[in-house]
Amino acid sequence: MKKKKIDKTPARLDFIQSASGLILGLFMWGHMFFVSTILLGKDVMYNVTRFFEGYYFFGESYPIIVTIVAGIVFFIFIVHAAVAIRKFPSSYKQYKIMRNHIKSFKHDDTRLWFWQVFTGFAMFFLGSVHLYIIMTNSADIGPYASADRVVSEWMWPLYILLLLAVEFHGSIGMYRLALKWGWFEGKDAKKTRDRLRSYKYAITVFFLTLGFLTLAAYIKIGIEHKDNVGERYHEQSVTVKGVQQ
Amino acid sequence: MSEEIKPRILKINVLRFDPNDKNDFPHIETFEVEEADGMTLYIALNEIREHNDNSLMFDFVCRAGICGSCSMLVDGRPTLACRTLTSKLGESITLAPLPLFKLIKDLSIYSGEWMRGLNERLETWIHDKEEELNFDKLEERMEPELADEIYELDRCVECGCCVAGCGTIQMKPDFVGAVGLNKIARYHLDPRDKRDDEEYYELIGNEDGVFGCMTLLGCEDVCPKDLPLQSKIAYLRRMMIKTALKN
Ligand code: HEM
Repeated sequence: MKKKKIDKTPARLDFIQSASGLILGLFMWGHMFFVSTILLGKDVMYNVTRFFEGYYFFGESYPIIVTIVAGIVFFIFIVHAAVAIRKFPSSYKQYKIMRNHIKSFKHDDTRLWFWQVFTGFAMFFLGSVHLYIIMTNSADIGPYASADRVVSEWMWPLYILLLLAVEFHGSIGMYRLALKWGWFEGKDAKKTRDRLRSYKYAITVFFLTLGFLTLAAYIKIGIEHKDNVGERYHEQSVTVKGVQQ
Repeated sequence: MSEEIKPRILKINVLRFDPNDKNDFPHIETFEVEEADGMTLYIALNEIREHNDNSLMFDFVCRAGICGSCSMLVDGRPTLACRTLTSKLGESITLAPLPLFKLIKDLSIYSGEWMRGLNERLETWIHDKEEELNFDKLEERMEPELADEIYELDRCVECGCCVAGCGTIQMKPDFVGAVGLNKIARYHLDPRDKRDDEEYYELIGNEDGVFGCMTLLGCEDVCPKDLPLQSKIAYLRRMMIKTALKN
């Protein structure tokens, strides 16, 4: 029997959209836990930083590792955005139809989708700025360096918006992923969906709370450290290699 | 005090328009109807036609949620008028025709034409090898569980609620919608249909098909027949990905 030739691209695009979204979503959860170690003290965060710079493997810090990881995340981020942009309304007419539909239908999951697209759009800008800065300044991550960036280098307004965008986008995205592929569906899909939706809300609240507490901690350190911008935490004891300074 | 509770006076706001009347334009007309026990919107609409305005147009056939003709937007939500009790609604009720379908007049739409187009596009009939068709041969037996499963999906009455509740199809009218995907799921289950996975992929393995679905799940939430649309669409998505992978 002759085999029909099918166009596999639409399947691939859908798969790439979901896979990239899943990787980014999981990464963001991990990322939040690492960043929030500042709440446990400067030393803890400092050691986490050194860990990711390979200090505990090589005996020296290599911020280039952070640059590479940030580069990979940036790449996945761009791929995800490129694929997901297919879902944006592509004209004012489409946008208006969707707004009217949302307004009259009053349906939660349709509303959530709007917020996902809205926050996705915002992240084109917010996410790119953050990722580029981390890629190019990977040696300047630490209790003082990061706090200075937040306060003295004016990143806090961007971080507030980025935090809101990522947390809403990510948790709505993970919820949608599970429904779209039928994960955890079980016997009663409706019950599972209700349960997933409450997890989604819990996750959003949890990460937003953790995120804002963390940001507040950096802002506090940044303000206290305002007069000593540039000074590094325990800097003297660390040899920085792999980055030209 | 008297035991009797005064019945509510419902204000029924109907979006009215006759596309064939050049002088007409879409407008809301409000009718007052005294609520009765167990009143459905279908009964209320008949009251209006009988007592207020006999030119009001709306569709119905079976009055029991079987034919799917009386679908309309009730306070913005697609549903069947004959299965909607007025007691579940507020005093002021807004009715509008389902969007996307051809408007005949007022609440009456030509959903049949749209559904026919969809069925032709997706070839929603059993595909068998024509030349091997033998009317004397007994049909192969089917497990009762499978027959039930097929029957479950066959309950679709093509009312169009899932289409009206789908943001994706509103934005992108070429999308097949849940009604189309449900039908594909139904024929895919049926052992009498000899189409292979690649042939199904040809039909819905694209952005107007299953990959266009954005999982807003309006379809699942409004389907008057409670069809398992969310699960079936997820199933088709997985199946289509597998088909693409194995080729
Ligand atoms: C410029 C940046 C981004 C843009 C433009 C963007 C856009 C989108 C859009 C429009 C969707 C909806 C797709 C659909 O309806 O099918 C989506 C889904 C998703 N996004 Fe993003 N996003 C971005 C960044 C991120 C980030 C940083 C994360 C991680 C937290 C993420 C996680 C997800 C997930 C998990 C999904 C669900 C995937 C799916 O439905 O297949 N996105 N994204």
